Amino acid sequence: MNLIVMQGVNKRYKNGVNAIQDLNLTIEKGDFVFVIGSTGCGKSTLIKMLYREEKPTKGKIVVGGLDVAKLRNSKVYKLRRKIGVVFQDFKLLPKSTVFENVAFALEVLGLPKDEIYHKVIKVLELVGLKHKAKNYPNQLSGGEQQRVAIARAIVNGPKLLICDEPTGNLDENTSMEIMTVLEAINKLGTTIIMVTHDRTIVKKMQKRTILLDSGRILKDYKKGKYVDESNKNTK
Amino acid sequence: MKAIRILSRNIRDSFKSVFRNFSLSLASISCITITLVVVALSIVLSFNVNNFTDMVEKDVTIVTFLKVDIDEAGREAVLTELKKLDNIEKISFESKMAIADEMMEANETYKNIMSDWNEETSPLQDTYLVKVKDIEQIEATANQIKKINGVDIIKYGEGMVEKLVSTFDLIHKICYGIVAALILVTAFLITNTIKITIFSRKREIEIMRLVGASNLNIKIPFIFEGLFLGILGSIIPIAATIYGYAAIYDRMGGQVFSSIIKLVKPTPFVYEISVILVGIGMIVGMFGSWQAVRKYLKI
Repeated sequence: MNLIVMQGVNKRYKNGVNAIQDLNLTIEKGDFVFVIGSTGCGKSTLIKMLYREEKPTKGKIVVGGLDVAKLRNSKVYKLRRKIGVVFQDFKLLPKSTVFENVAFALEVLGLPKDEIYHKVIKVLELVGLKHKAKNYPNQLSGGEQQRVAIARAIVNGPKLLICDEPTGNLDENTSMEIMTVLEAINKLGTTIIMVTHDRTIVKKMQKRTILLDSGRILKDYKKGKYVDESNKNTK
Repeated sequence: MKAIRILSRNIRDSFKSVFRNFSLSLASISCITITLVVVALSIVLSFNVNNFTDMVEKDVTIVTFLKVDIDEAGREAVLTELKKLDNIEKISFESKMAIADEMMEANETYKNIMSDWNEETSPLQDTYLVKVKDIEQIEATANQIKKINGVDIIKYGEGMVEKLVSTFDLIHKICYGIVAALILVTAFLITNTIKITIFSRKREIEIMRLVGASNLNIKIPFIFEGLFLGILGSIIPIAATIYGYAAIYDRMGGQVFSSIIKLVKPTPFVYEISVILVGIGMIVGMFGSWQAVRKYLKI
């Protein structure tokens, strides 16, 4: 069953840049997909359109049954509740503890305190940070901060987890730790789309990989079929 | 239940935010306080002036002196003519003898002089005391009365009444002008406070959007913050009004200069003003923050 369907999608920014051109893509429920490509190839635009930070200029995007392109601004929250987003810079609240940062995602949705507590503890266990629930972000390593961000993104049980360069600021070992966490989440049924520059990770993980170039899909490697051709295709 | 939880969270957050940016909040609160103190003064002044104007207006009478030699039929004819006029509230008759009695009662000297006057010999004139409906039209009405056959002269404090009324009117207008200007400045200051709050909570807003908080949920805490600023800013003016006005009223014995100018009684007057003040504070606060949300919170 398809979770994401993109048909004939184009994105042209006001400054005239064509970020995405005639893109067709389907992603099945439960998939783990890497999106790779050189800087400016449209990776970020692609995922921004998935969580409706950007609107496509043309084409159709359906995420979890919602027609994203037609979604009014005031209804975007309905889509956001179905997806979790993780960024390179973690986007944590510095004055809140780990627990509070994760709980924040549920508080704004108006969940009862008891439910928030149980869900947060459960998800912190999943990312291996239960023992640091009372710490503040500046007391954590980069990898741990990213795990908090992941915990916050999945605490509401989203169908889709979008990761925008989640390992961009991390060393190799820590990056692999994050990948282990993401794989565990994926195994629990959450679809994951991850944009990355790190071909080593892509090569190691051997997931479905989409290579973008100038806003178009250059290659769509199936699971276990990824070969690093970066020297030939991109810089 | 869920909506209540979200609302209580919003209220808690906005309250926290007032204290998080305390120096800014204090600036807004001070501005609201100053505005509301002036508003309170204006209202107190305006109500008292109104009260006084009402009293003066109620008391303004056109004294219509009839000709000395007028007979019963002539008096009736004048009365019929007076009744035909539009701006007449009440007409009462005072005979020359009644006036003489009144004067004699008031003064011993008058008594000596007037005691042997009778209907024929009295040089006094019969009068109609005419009260008007609209005091601003008094001059026109007086002119109409003057033309009635049988009327000798009329007296109504010509010029003085009109001047008094127009002065009070000017005081009202100036008060309203100052209040309107201050309200605008305050709203502008609150807009700025909330704008800075919005910028300081940029990350929080971004995360709220990402985790699926509705637009309304994101905006409401800022509106509440403006509301709180308004309420906090109205505390001092309300206290000043309640205690200050009562103190002034007691000290002056409920009147200014003489018993002609009576002050409005403090209860329930001060409580009515308090409701108006907190109402203005809340509306100005919410309006200011709504402006900031509309301009600076792009979702």
